[in-house]
Formats: sequence, C-alpha cells, structure tokens
Amino acid sequence: MSESILNVKNLQVEFKSGSIITRAVNGVSFALNKNENIGIVGESGSGKSVTATSILRLIPSSSAKITGGEIILNGRDLLKLSNREMRKVRGNEISMIFQDPSTSLNPVFTVGNQLIETIRAHKKLTKKEAKQRAIELLELVGIPAPEKRINMYPHEFSGGMRQRVMIAIALACDPKILIADEPTTALDVTVQAQILNLMKDLQEKLDMSIIMITHDLGVVWEMCDQILVMYAGRVVESAKVEDLYHNPLHPYTWGLLESQITESQDSHAPLASIPGSPPDLSYEIKGCPFVDRCPYAQDICHNEAPKLIEPTEGHAVACHFQTETEKLERRENAYINGDTIRS
Amino acid sequence: MKRFLFRRILQLIPTLFIVAIIVFFITRMLPGNPAAVMLGPQASAEDIAAYSEQLGLNEPLHRQFFDYLGNLVKFDFGNSLSYNQPIADLIMERFPNTVILAISALIIAVIIGVPAGILAAKKQNTFLDYFITTFSLVGVSMPIFWLGVMLALYFSVNLGWLPSTGMGSLDNGLWDFLSHLILPSIALATIPTAQFARIIRSSMLETISHDYIKTARSKGLREFIVINKHALKNALTPLLTVMGLQFSNLLGGAVLTETIFSWPGMGLLIVNAIEKRDFVVVQNTVIFIAVIYVVINLIVDVLYKVVNPKINLDSDKGGA
Amino acid sequence: MKTMEEIENAKELQYLKAKKEQSFFRKLLRNRFAALGLIIILILILTAIFAPFIATHPPNAMDVTKTLLGPGESGHLLGTDSYGRDIFSRIVYGARISLIVGIAAVLFGAIFGSLLGLVSGYLGGRIDAIIMRIIDGMMAFPFILLAIVLMTVLGQGLGNAVIAIGVSNIPGFARLVRGQVLSVKEADYIEVTRSLGAKHGRILFRHIVPNSIAPLIVYATMSVAGAIISEASLSFLGLGVQPPTASWGSMLQEGKDFLVLSPGLATISGLAILVTVLGINLFGDGLRDALDPKMKL
Repeated sequence: MSESILNVKNLQVEFKSGSIITRAVNGVSFALNKNENIGIVGESGSGKSVTATSILRLIPSSSAKITGGEIILNGRDLLKLSNREMRKVRGNEISMIFQDPSTSLNPVFTVGNQLIETIRAHKKLTKKEAKQRAIELLELVGIPAPEKRINMYPHEFSGGMRQRVMIAIALACDPKILIADEPTTALDVTVQAQILNLMKDLQEKLDMSIIMITHDLGVVWEMCDQILVMYAGRVVESAKVEDLYHNPLHPYTWGLLESQITESQDSHAPLASIPGSPPDLSYEIKGCPFVDRCPYAQDICHNEAPKLIEPTEGHAVACHFQTETEKLERRENAYINGDTIRS
Repeated sequence: MKRFLFRRILQLIPTLFIVAIIVFFITRMLPGNPAAVMLGPQASAEDIAAYSEQLGLNEPLHRQFFDYLGNLVKFDFGNSLSYNQPIADLIMERFPNTVILAISALIIAVIIGVPAGILAAKKQNTFLDYFITTFSLVGVSMPIFWLGVMLALYFSVNLGWLPSTGMGSLDNGLWDFLSHLILPSIALATIPTAQFARIIRSSMLETISHDYIKTARSKGLREFIVINKHALKNALTPLLTVMGLQFSNLLGGAVLTETIFSWPGMGLLIVNAIEKRDFVVVQNTVIFIAVIYVVINLIVDVLYKVVNPKINLDSDKGGA
Repeated sequence: MKTMEEIENAKELQYLKAKKEQSFFRKLLRNRFAALGLIIILILILTAIFAPFIATHPPNAMDVTKTLLGPGESGHLLGTDSYGRDIFSRIVYGARISLIVGIAAVLFGAIFGSLLGLVSGYLGGRIDAIIMRIIDGMMAFPFILLAIVLMTVLGQGLGNAVIAIGVSNIPGFARLVRGQVLSVKEADYIEVTRSLGAKHGRILFRHIVPNSIAPLIVYATMSVAGAIISEASLSFLGLGVQPPTASWGSMLQEGKDFLVLSPGLATISGLAILVTVLGINLFGDGLRDALDPKMKL
C-alpha cells in the first residue's frame, strides 16, 4: 500500500450568480498516492476542472466559494491556510498547467522572465542563478537552444513548445504534485503524444504525482494509475485504471467507454453515445443525477441518491445496483440493447 | 524598428501636407479681404493695399499656397501685426508654458486615474468601485471651463489660498511657480483623470479574466505582482493610445483652461489673436499645434510597440 | 403569391425580432444608471419644447433696476444677471440651444462622416487612401481647436456653430463607419451575396448599413454630449451663438465676470451643462452595454 500525499475529502464548491447557486462540486473525495497519477474524467460541466482548481484555491473568489470539505497536504488542510501560506504551496509544492498554452502564458513578458519570477518567488536565488536554473528547465522539457529561447516572447513559440514552457514553469520548484487541466486538448494530435510522453518521463524522473484532468480516456490509460469518473459534480466511480477498464460498474462509465470508441474530439459536445445532457446543478437533485440518461433507471433511482460504495476493494461506485447478479444482468442487457445506448 | 520608424515618419508627410491645405483654405474662407479684416474698420485703403501686398494676397492662389508652404518648411511664420514680432518667436515663447500645463495635468491624471481604475477593477461591484465609477463618469462629463471658474471662485476668491491668474516664475521661488500652476492643471486634468480611470478599470477587468492571470496565481506569485506586473502591463496598451490622444487634446484643450486662468500659453495666444483679428497668428499657431499633435501620435505608436511585442508594426495592420 | 411556409417564416422572424427588441429595452432599463440618464434627457427635451410655458419671464427682457438679484428675490426663481434678465428663464431657453446645436451638429457630422466612411471603406484602393489622408489631416487638430478656427472664419451664429462643430465631428464618424464596413465586407455572407451578382448599392444598404447601425447609434449619442460641451465652450469664448440669445456657455461667461457679486449665474449655468452631459453619457454607456457589451467605444 503506497502512502497518500494528497487527500481530498468531501469537497464542496458552489458558484453564485445573482440568487442562483450552482453546486459545481458536491462531495468529491479522493486520495493521491506518491509517485502515482490520478485521472479525473467527465464531460465539461462535470466539475472536474473546478475540483482541480479548487485544490490550489484558484477559483474566482467573486463568484465561487469552497463551502466544505478538506484538502490535506502533508497533514495540513489547504483550505485553512492563510493566503500567504497558500502562496507558498502554489507553484512550489503543487503546480498547475492549463488547457491552452497560447493563453496561459503572459504575452508581454519573455519566457525567461516568467520562469525566473516563479523560481525567485519560492527560492532564494540570485537573478543569475535563477536564469541558469531557467535554462536548465527549458532544456529539461526539450526546448532546443534554451539560452536563446529564454529571451523570446510566447508568441514566438509553437503551441507544443508553449506547453513545454508551461511545464517548465510548473516544474520550476520541484513540486510534488502537478495538476494538469486538459494539457493536450488545445494541441495538434501529433503534438499531444509528445507532450504526454514528456510528462510521463518527467514524472518518473522528478518523483512526482500528477492529477490529470481530461475528457479523453486514452490519456488516462496512457498516464494514470487511478481514475475518478465525475458526473454532475460528484464522483460516480473510482478505481484502479485496469480495474475500471476491465470491469466498469457505473452505467455512465459504460457510456464513456462507448464514446471512446467513437473518438469524439470535441470536449464540449455531449457524449456521443449517451443521449441527453447533464442535470441543471442549480436545482436540488433528489435521486441519482444520472437517472434521466440511464437506460436502466428504476423507481429507487428517481427517489434516492446512491451512495458511493465499494463492492470490491479499491473500486467504488455510486449506483444502486451493485450485487454481482444485478450487475451481470444489466450488462448483459446493455450489450443486447447496445443500440439504445449508442443511438 | 528602424524601418518602422522611417516608414512612419514618411507617412507623416502627406498628413502634414493635408493639414497645411486645410488651414490655408479655411483662412482663405474669410469673407472679404483678409488684410482689411485684420487691420480693422479704421484702416485706410493704402494701408490695406500695402498689407495685402505684404501678405502676398495679390498673387494667384496657387502661388500663395506654395509660398506659404515654403515658409512653413523654413519655420518662417511671418510677423504678427498685433504683437509686432515674428510669430515663430511668439510661439516659441508660449509653447513651453502650454507644455508645462499639459504635462502637469497628465501627471495628475496618471497618478490619480490609473490607481483609481486598478482599485475599481480589483474591488469590482463593491462600494469603492461604484464610487470611483460614478466619479469618473461625472469627470468625463465635466465642462472644464465651468470647473475652472468654480475652482477660481472657491480657492482664490473665497479662500484666497491660490492665485487664479497668470503664471508664476521660478525666479520668485518654487511656491510662486507651483501655486499658479495648481488650479489650471487640476482643471485641465479632470477629464483625462476620469478617462484613465474608466479605461484602466475596463481593461483591467478584461485582462484579469485571462488565463495567464490564473497561471500567475498558480505559480504562487504575490497578488500585488499578479495585478501590478502581469495584469497592468497588458492593460496599459489601451491606456497608451488614449494617453497620447489626451496629451494632444490637452495641448488643444488648454485653450479654455488658459483663457480662464490667463495662463500665457498657446491657447490664450489663439484666443487673444482671434479677439485682435490677427488671423496670421491664428493660422500659424493652429498649424504648429497640429504638427505637435501628429508627432505625439507617432511617438505613441512607437511606445505601443515597446509595450506590446506582439504587435507587428512592420505590417500594415499596425499603427492605429 | 406567398406560400404558407413563407408566411410562417415571416411570422417567426417578426416574433424573434420583437423578442430581441424587448430584451434590449429591458436590459437598457434594468440598468439604473441608463434609466437615470434617459430621465435627464427626457426632462431636457421637454424643457426645450415647452420652454415658453416653463419660463417665468421672457428670456431676453432686461430690467436695469433689478440686476444681479439673488435667488428668489422679487419673483426671480434663480435671481437675475447683470442686465436684470431672469436666470431661470434663460436656463430654460438655453436648453433649446444646447439641444439644437448638439443634435444638429452630430447629425451633420454623422451624415457626412458616414458617407465618407462608407465610400472609403467600400471602394477601397486609391479613393480610400485619399479620403483617409484627409481624415487624418482633420484629426490632427484637437477637436475644439478645429471648431474655434471654423467659428472665427464663419462668424458667430447658431447655424455656423452647427457647421463648425459638425465638421469637427466628421472624422470620428468616417473612421467608425469605415472600420465597420471593412469588417462587414470581409464577412462570408457578403462574399456570397457578391458572388450571386448583387449590385454595390444593394450590398451597401441591405447588409453593411444595418450591421453598422448599432455602434453608430452609441457613438452618435456620446457625440451629442461632446457637441453640447463644444457649443458651450465656443459660447464661453464668445464665439458661439450671438448675444442676447441665451446659451449656457455664454451665460457662464457673463457669470464669470460677476463671480464675487453673484456666483449663482456661473454656478447654475455650468451645472446645467454638467447634468445634461452626464445624463447623455449615462444613457450612452447603458446603450452600449445593452446593444453589445463587447463594443469598444
């Protein structure tokens, strides 16, 4: 059993717009183990990105609020830290990279400037030492001629190179955890694999753990040890990657796996194989959030929210029908009625 | 960069040419003989004829125009009838005074307007934001000649704290100089201050929503640096354009402020010349201001490039 | 003969249009500042129209026995000026001048400026280059300076003030419309229309003009505020409307000379300008936000 370095417990995040309150994240819990990667998957709006940004407390304070839960890093609850203490976590113990490298780098500062300021925010280095470190970092992420490139502006880099720069910035202070929010979505297909390989390499080299936010299960198979399936702000299934791959338990996960076959590249389109769309989170949901789209919904699904249970060790699911026979029956049906799912 | 500068300077030439044409023809629109108008009703026919000759009014129009252009290039603006001295000297005597006033106003506007805009954006939808937004809207709506009169009424007439006319001299000490400068520069600064606050607020709000601000925060930078380094430099681009425009407007807008406070600058020169019907002075002073205006816009374009490396000014798209 | 389908489509379009308009006005009025601006503008317009009924005295009636009275003295609501004229009545009539000059000058600038912008942007090439150079030249003058110079040449008077301020407004409109034309011209659907053989005039007036109208309205609204200030400035410098016509600017100038004895005249006339301009700016801001929050004006 490996030791966990980050524990998220019962995280609650609400967005407020006027009098409308949207419960974007509703009781999410997970543990990240040392040297392991966890993948959080789900449609857009499932709360996966909000969960990730909440860990660093980077959600916009004017409209969103973390209303409950704990985020434990090395025995400290990040939600209880002062702003000053939190700053020492960001970019130092936990770093983050974002979806679109063309907008996540500041266009008016050189790459070197943005790297050096990160290093100097956390480490007591002289400008010269920081610059040396910055060059090393650029080299580490595979940017050719880093001594020259360091003085260039982001717009002088290609998309893939920009994401490499983002990774260099994120790794500047040897963080133990890297949060990657859809790091390859905005990139060309050919570049995606390079970036993933780079991240995997660096993860092993630098002894860190990655939280990978993605809608692309392929990325998870490639990169991750654990997987967390989110739907409507909740965790509906979590397991070791190979367990989930061979034995998915939640009907929504089945749909995700199905859609993987159709390979939809558009992260915003509803899943190709699951008809309907997620529920409106500004209303209280009484039963199972997936009920309207679930082909096997029973009365109980409408009236009672399923709890996250662990039918087998290390594999949790939030669905009412989890005895072995029920499950088999339903999967059976799923394959027979495959058309209804796929339509 | 050098090529860009060269090209932009070349582009000035047609603009300046047009400016010269506009002013030349506007002054030729004067009803009757300009010489007669300028000399006034008491002038004798001989005087008028002599002055017409001196102004070259008897030449054909195109000759007049080219003579006038030639003189402009030589910085020879002719003589002022009412001031009885070369107009070039007159302008050179007054121009620095207007610049002093405009620069003081611009400094006030930047010192107050920019932080106010940043603050309003940072505290969006709070009382402070509403306060700043309301004040800046009143500011941009302000008739500055009225504000000038009110400032003079309150601080000079009622309280007697500050002089309300003329310009001080450094020879009489710093306070003499400053005390004369305070009221006119406040009046002149009102609109730019309000405008800077509005522009900075909206461009900061826009900038803060960008991803790179989230990146900056995720790196663990202090909020002060996130706002004042990462957001501000991006938000400054629209400010620069407006600052250039405002500075040139200050030079022109100083007409009213200078009149109210009898500040001996270009604006007062124009107004006095109009009163004395000395159109040669009006014509040349206006041209001079227009040239300054165009040159400032060029400087703003260049600064633009320095602030925002992404703008490629060598292409035709740049240089607004 | 229209088919049923066409009629249905037309109905649907009308409904959508009505819905869009409704939401626009609702947006506009929900904005409290914009509503306040609208109220100020309405009061101003009503005052200007019904000036003879609102004014307590004839605006130009002098009375040398009752000069520089304070507010409320001998039946003068806001007192009298140095000629014994009723200040309140002159303020009321002054609203007419401000409004007439403000609107007429902007119309003047908008019509000529838009035409120049349309021609320039649509035809492009050498004509565009020539027109834009002229516009650049005009823009090289600080706004108020161009008006001042024109007024000196044209001479005092209401009509001349409209022309002088109107001309200074031309460059702004020309640039705005040209920019709009260029951006619409590049749009795909214009290409399609052109490839279908539509005539220039038709493309201009069916597609380009309607698309440019929203920013034009916002810009025009803001320009009225600027034109009112310009008129007041010109009158303040003694270059605007001819005395004894009541203009807020000329009243302020007269008031300036009696600041110590009777600060009321200067204070009130200036306040009238400020409140009017503020009202128009409030409304213009709201209009811009309701039409298109992303509009850069």
